[in-house]
Amino acid sequence: MGLMPKIPVAEWISSATEWITDTFEFLFDFIKNDFGDFIEMFAEDWLMNIPVWLFIVIVGLIAFFVSGKRFGLMAFSVVGLWFIANQELWEELMNTFTLVIFASLICVIIGVPFGIWMAKSKVVEKILTPILDFMQTMPAFVYLIPAVAFFSIGMVPGVFASVIFATPPTVRFTNLGIRQVSHELIEASDSFGTTGTQKLFKVQLPMAKTTIMAGINQTVMLALSMVVIASMIGAKGLGQTVITGLQRAEVGTGFVAGLGIVILAIIIDRFTQNLNTQRGE
Amino acid sequence: MPIIQVKDLSKIFGKQAKKATQYLDQGLSKDEILEKTGNTVGVNRASFDVEEGEIFVIMGLSGSGKSTLVRLINRLIEPTEGSVYIDGKDLAKMDKKNLRDVRREKLSMVFQRFALFPHRTVLENAEFGLEVQGVDKEERAQKAKDSLELVGLGGYINQFPGQLSGGMQQRVGLARALANDPEVLLMDEAFSALDPLIRKEMQDELLELQESMKKTIIFITHDLDEALRIGDRIALMKDGRIVQIGSPEEILVNPANDYVEKFVEDVDRSKVLTAEHIMKRPETVDVDKHGPRTALERMRKEGLSTIYVTDAKRNLHGYVTADDVSEAAKQEVKDVKEILRTDIPKVDKDTSMHEIFDVIHDSTVPVAVVEDGKLQGIIVRGAVIAALAGSEVNLNGSDA
Ligand SMILES: Nc1ncnc2c1ncn2[C@@H]1O[C@H](COP(=O)(O)OP(=O)(O)OP(=O)(O)O)[C@@H](O)[C@H]1O
Ligand SMILES: [Mg+2]
Repeated sequence: MGLMPKIPVAEWISSATEWITDTFEFLFDFIKNDFGDFIEMFAEDWLMNIPVWLFIVIVGLIAFFVSGKRFGLMAFSVVGLWFIANQELWEELMNTFTLVIFASLICVIIGVPFGIWMAKSKVVEKILTPILDFMQTMPAFVYLIPAVAFFSIGMVPGVFASVIFATPPTVRFTNLGIRQVSHELIEASDSFGTTGTQKLFKVQLPMAKTTIMAGINQTVMLALSMVVIASMIGAKGLGQTVITGLQRAEVGTGFVAGLGIVILAIIIDRFTQNLNTQRGE
Repeated sequence: MPIIQVKDLSKIFGKQAKKATQYLDQGLSKDEILEKTGNTVGVNRASFDVEEGEIFVIMGLSGSGKSTLVRLINRLIEPTEGSVYIDGKDLAKMDKKNLRDVRREKLSMVFQRFALFPHRTVLENAEFGLEVQGVDKEERAQKAKDSLELVGLGGYINQFPGQLSGGMQQRVGLARALANDPEVLLMDEAFSALDPLIRKEMQDELLELQESMKKTIIFITHDLDEALRIGDRIALMKDGRIVQIGSPEEILVNPANDYVEKFVEDVDRSKVLTAEHIMKRPETVDVDKHGPRTALERMRKEGLSTIYVTDAKRNLHGYVTADDVSEAAKQEVKDVKEILRTDIPKVDKDTSMHEIFDVIHDSTVPVAVVEDGKLQGIIVRGAVIAALAGSEVNLNGSDA
């Protein structure tokens, strides 16, 4: 390849990252310290202080009601959580749970407005679509690198990497849901003289709700799948136990922690799906 | 001033609107333009005025551009050419805010396929327009309930549209528009999903509403009977063009071309036509001037067996029969008064065909059409049958 010298793409990106790290240091530090403290407080001072039995009972009750007063989900949740506690993985579970909650929340806060913007403008849709594709196809590990550069190690970079990885479905589905609202209903709304905002909140978002919720469900699952990966940069939780198992070649330890993740995944998935009901159907 | 004025309004669907309008100028048909440019002519140079308090019906076959035209009137669709004036203001020149205000206060639309919001209850659907205007909760609920009551859905306010039948959904759509209390109602085949009984009821309701609240209504239908029943004026569309505008009678009696004629062919004429449409100009004798001899003369000439007797001011006095007249002539009677018969079969100008039929059935003489005691025309049995069969009828009996 003597004709063309190697284009220094890697160098460019590295220096760009460096520049961002330096320039926004104050911001990153703030997030790392204050937000990091908050996450830790949430996990360790609040969640872990709830007695395990009480936590399980509460989850069981919620499961009973969100699933339309059926026992299946409740039974699964109670047994599953009890099993994790029994395996002495409760603290890890709480950390993982915290990470998933915060990552998902941020994904939704960022993703829904972007989805709306995308639905309202063809240009924005054209620009965002390839970016979203890119974000989702890039191996998730890669996000760990800038995450560490910005926030060093711990929970915060874990959340950061998860957010990048898990936001696209929410954006996509919000866009899709709004665009799916039939032309006739948009006309009906317009014919009564709605402003753009009224149309959005009275017609488009309520009608897109199921689709958006399906996107959020995917986002939460992706965030959870990022947990194992994020533990490589020091995010506490079940993923860390899996990594430990890997490093020490302890199949059993790794497998049990993996099972814990699966249980959590199923509970979260069923919860979000059951919450997703549309009025008038 | 007309409340709505439409001037040379055109809508071409597609990317080559300029070219397509040029082709329109050259007189190419909708099909030819579709073939040449791939663009569809939705509406082609429509012009008409709608007066306040009028029910203006737009009629035409499927695809003739009715829905497009009505959407141009509230600018849900941007016109390719031409303009729409609401209360004298050009809709195309309005900014978003003014357009919103017009849509909120002046125009409400009932949609062909209902377009109800599935996530809102029937009541919430009916409230929509008022909610958008920022009317407070109680007031809008009350108004919405009233208009739901009006369309006979008072008991369904907490249901969702998906739980209602098509006809009921259509009525929710109507209630939603009515709750807004607009000046103009745009109704796109608003009764098409109703069964005949309710449909007739709703038509009556609409007529009443228009009577009592002086609403202006633009009503789209492809049902001629409906158009004739409720329309003050009817515009007939074909391939995006308005081919005729007129009162129901004008459309029926003087179809502008073959298309209109085809359209009106199957209509139940007996419901629309009245005495005025089928009466002929009468041959008469003057009670003061003419004697039996003149009467006999005229009857012979025209081949009549009876003739009506009036005075100079056309006041109807009676009729005489051929037998009586020839008898009187023989006996040298000078005055027709002596043989005058007064058992006149009478109807007035607005009498419908059905009633005329009953009268004429029991009568041996032609039926007199009388207004304020004056003879306007006569109806012979043959004219009734001909009219029911849909052949030649004249709009003004007097100039036949
Ligand atoms: N959004 C659109 N894009 C392209 N063509 C359209 C569009 N809307 C309507 N048309 C075309 O415009 C013409 C008129 O359609 P329109 O819906 O106004 O007919 P209509 O008289 O309301 O028919 P119907 O009685 O079936 O409702 C049709 O040829 C149709 O194909
Ligand atoms: Mg239509």
